[in-house]
Amino acid sequence: MSEPVLQVENLVKHFPIRQGVVFKRTVGQVKAVDGVDITLQRGETLGVVGESGCGKSTLAKLLVGLEKPTAGAIRVRGQDVTRLGRSGMRRLRRNVQMVFQDPYTSLNPRMTVGDIIAEPYVIHPDAVPKSGKKAAVKELIDMVGLNPDHISRYPHQFSGGQRQRIGIARALALKPEILICDEPVSALDVSIQGQVINLLEQLQDELGLSYLFIAHDLSVVRHIADRVAVMYLGKVAETGSEDEIYGRSMHPYTQALLSAVPVPDPQLRGQRDEIVLEGDVPSPADPPSGCRFRTRCFKARAEWAKTATDAELETTPLAEQAPADCKTEIPLLEARSGGAHPVACHYAQQRDVVHANG
Amino acid sequence: MSIDLDRSDDNAVAGLPGYRDDAALLEVDDLRVEFHTRDGIARAVNGVDLRLTDGQTVAVVGESGSGKSVTAQAIMGILEEPPARVAGGEIRYRGVNLLTLSADQRRRIRANHIAMVFQDALSALNPVWTVGFQLSELFRTHRGMSRKDAKRRSIELLDMVRIPAAAQRVNEYPHQFSGGMRQRVMIAMALALDPKVLIADEPTTALDVTVQAQIMRLLAEIQQERHMGMILITHDLGVVADVADDITVMYAGRAVEQAGVIDTFATPAHPYTKALLRSIPRLDVKGQQLEVIAGLPPTLTDIPPGCAFAPRCTYAQDICRTDTPTLRTVSDGRAAACHFAKEVMTDV
Amino acid sequence: MSSDINERVEENIDEPAPQRAAGLWRDAIRDLRKRPTVIISLLVIIAVLAIGFFPSLFTGTNPKACDISLNKAPAAPGHPFGFSHEGCDYYAQTIYGAGPSIQLSLMVVVGTLIIGGLLGILAGFYGGWLDVVFSRAVDVFNSIPFLLGAILLLTMFRDLSIPFLSTRLQAIIPAVITLIIFGWTSTMRLVRASVIEARNLDYVQAARSLGASNRRLMFRHILPNAIAPVVSLIPLSIAGMISVEATLSFLGLGVRKPEITWGLMIDDATKWFVNGYPMLLLIPSAFLIATVLAFVLLGDALRDALDPKLR
Repeated sequence: MSEPVLQVENLVKHFPIRQGVVFKRTVGQVKAVDGVDITLQRGETLGVVGESGCGKSTLAKLLVGLEKPTAGAIRVRGQDVTRLGRSGMRRLRRNVQMVFQDPYTSLNPRMTVGDIIAEPYVIHPDAVPKSGKKAAVKELIDMVGLNPDHISRYPHQFSGGQRQRIGIARALALKPEILICDEPVSALDVSIQGQVINLLEQLQDELGLSYLFIAHDLSVVRHIADRVAVMYLGKVAETGSEDEIYGRSMHPYTQALLSAVPVPDPQLRGQRDEIVLEGDVPSPADPPSGCRFRTRCFKARAEWAKTATDAELETTPLAEQAPADCKTEIPLLEARSGGAHPVACHYAQQRDVVHANG
Repeated sequence: MSIDLDRSDDNAVAGLPGYRDDAALLEVDDLRVEFHTRDGIARAVNGVDLRLTDGQTVAVVGESGSGKSVTAQAIMGILEEPPARVAGGEIRYRGVNLLTLSADQRRRIRANHIAMVFQDALSALNPVWTVGFQLSELFRTHRGMSRKDAKRRSIELLDMVRIPAAAQRVNEYPHQFSGGMRQRVMIAMALALDPKVLIADEPTTALDVTVQAQIMRLLAEIQQERHMGMILITHDLGVVADVADDITVMYAGRAVEQAGVIDTFATPAHPYTKALLRSIPRLDVKGQQLEVIAGLPPTLTDIPPGCAFAPRCTYAQDICRTDTPTLRTVSDGRAAACHFAKEVMTDV
Repeated sequence: MSSDINERVEENIDEPAPQRAAGLWRDAIRDLRKRPTVIISLLVIIAVLAIGFFPSLFTGTNPKACDISLNKAPAAPGHPFGFSHEGCDYYAQTIYGAGPSIQLSLMVVVGTLIIGGLLGILAGFYGGWLDVVFSRAVDVFNSIPFLLGAILLLTMFRDLSIPFLSTRLQAIIPAVITLIIFGWTSTMRLVRASVIEARNLDYVQAARSLGASNRRLMFRHILPNAIAPVVSLIPLSIAGMISVEATLSFLGLGVRKPEITWGLMIDDATKWFVNGYPMLLLIPSAFLIATVLAFVLLGDALRDALDPKLR
């Protein structure tokens, strides 16, 4: 197996919570990313899914160098980039680029499209000879399916989908190997999403790119991803091929997540497993001990109920109904009996919540 | 949890001209809404019909610019006029044409009979008043309740929408609730005076998918309990498939298809619906090429003659560019605005 | 039905652009062009600026050629405003009185923009201890009452003479420096807030992720977009400074004699107002009020036009 193009090892990012007017004290930490392991192979798309507060956006920023990790390693082509100095960071930037979520704020409204796409060349003059800059920009515009004659137009003259294409062109200017796509289609109309997704897939084939595709829309991720990682409260709950995750998921959170996604087929109404989670996501500043999902986990509750007395059933609050190991031991992300792909759960069990039962 | 239904305001409606007990709950007839903008007149809603009966859920589906939100706001009577202007049509609640009522009458209908839930609870709720205060105000203003009774009702209401520890949380401010909880509060406020019609405008778009499932389930239960009619405005066809009985697809201010959900999803009768269904990725299927709808929706100030969808339509012929298709019945209980609806339905 | 991306999208972009030229500035100018108050204010301002910088275009008379025998003489042919209490041509004085006020105000506004703007950008962009230090400095300066501080400083240096400067500049520099010292804080705060807001925008993050240097981020991306609220305040600041200058001159602390400003004219004219020569007070007051009003109206309109939330 060839070396993965991107490898994340036990990555941690804590944001300090500060208080005070003149001298600020740190009163706590928001554990946005708290020990994440991820592997991305060349030419593949890894989908990262999770809900608000799971840390996927922070993960994206860490990978692109917009945030510095608190601990852990990020290896691009085997080299740990968290220890880089300035020139090392510059080289990294050439290789890992990001496509942003909001097409309306990710382009500087005062710059022409040509300037926006040419900016990487201005910042890295060694990437392309000065005389070739304009030609390179036009080629990029053409590659994303826009008209190169519109090089002098401003972002507001384009639609949302077109602006997203401009963002993609900008990200490709330095010929990176890895694209971090942070919710690239969430802000677009449904019928335009397909256009941009198709474009990304086409570019991946043509240029041999590797994508880390972050999204909250599980249907989109299923379409584009080869492998998927599910995040919850700063950690990876489960990771596997898209077939393993969507058809044979093992983590209760993944199962709850998938069962909540509606499918545009009325005939399936009432035919799928319905798992409804109670309560709110805990704050990343104060995650539960042991397994973070235990406060909302139906599996934990079921396991706990097996040995609970009647009195305990009456009095224990919902969030506390979990077996002892869920409360004290952090489950490691590893393969467990009953499945081939790594899952972080003491009681992992396979369940299909996507297709109709029976 | 049942709430003692106070129907003292029913008489108010019964006295209005046109009221008929047996009339359909809500009927929208050829509604037209214009916006006067710097760049001309935008025909946001260009002749829309809708029908809602008790206990029914009608989904109004469309992308940005389709006119679905404007239609909802017109029904509620919360359009800002100017720049908006209702240019024609009727909106009948049990036979009473709402557009002919005075502002005051409209307001009372709005609170007691037709209610709305919005996408963003944070901007729909007043941030400087507690949740309990906002709820109580409704009871005190419209039902003349005492402060104590109003508060008790408010707590009952929060309980009904499954907010835990309702008796304590009733004294909290909107920003102290999470997104999903805030949405529940907004639903509680909408349902406080027991309306017969609930309009939900993208109620779960801004929420996580697990929270979305909770909220949609809550709405479904409440609707069934109260035999309420619900208009669900959304762009998410998955949600529509899950909860709606009937669907109205809107494009450029017009309803282009109306039918039951099962029929529409199985054999769409309008090219836009068909293309839309084919362009969305599905959770249970992998690997198909996503179909793309070429081009962009028209700007509402500049809608081309003929069918507004013709420039992007693969079925388009010359007649489509000159003859605007009207919403016609194409088979039992199904209507579509397309000259070639039959072909669209039978094509695979 | 397979789709060729490039072909499909060609159809997209030849369609009419989804919104017409919706740039903030272009729209603002379009709005402003139509409003009569803006046009009139602009004309008044242009007139006053012309008077201030090219007074010789408006009168051939020397305002300092005074004949005491003509003191308080009424209007006569060639002397539409009559004569001051020292026998100087009042019209000429009014014309020449515009200059120091205008120059002083412009210098102060430019000075506060540069100092306040620079500190604001640095504080907003870098945050951390730099921000703490600068913001506390702002707090300290702000706790000194503006007029009191200005008066104090100007009184202390009332008789200071600065070498190497022309008489005109000598007359206004002390006031300019004082007003900048007490005026930079509001600009700094505004710029800092704008920068903090702009610094988290996606396109700034995008430039960062491309490897843009801090200087490039600050001046190519953040500044052009953070500057709008400041720009709309410039006319209002000018108006404020003109008023302040008039006040200080009236108190004898602003522009020094033998320069002429409307403030000084008003100071001289007060004692004659009730003694039968009201025009001596009313004329410079009218000019002062008209000028300030023009700037205020323009500033208000500009601020409304540039506020994206009001569209």
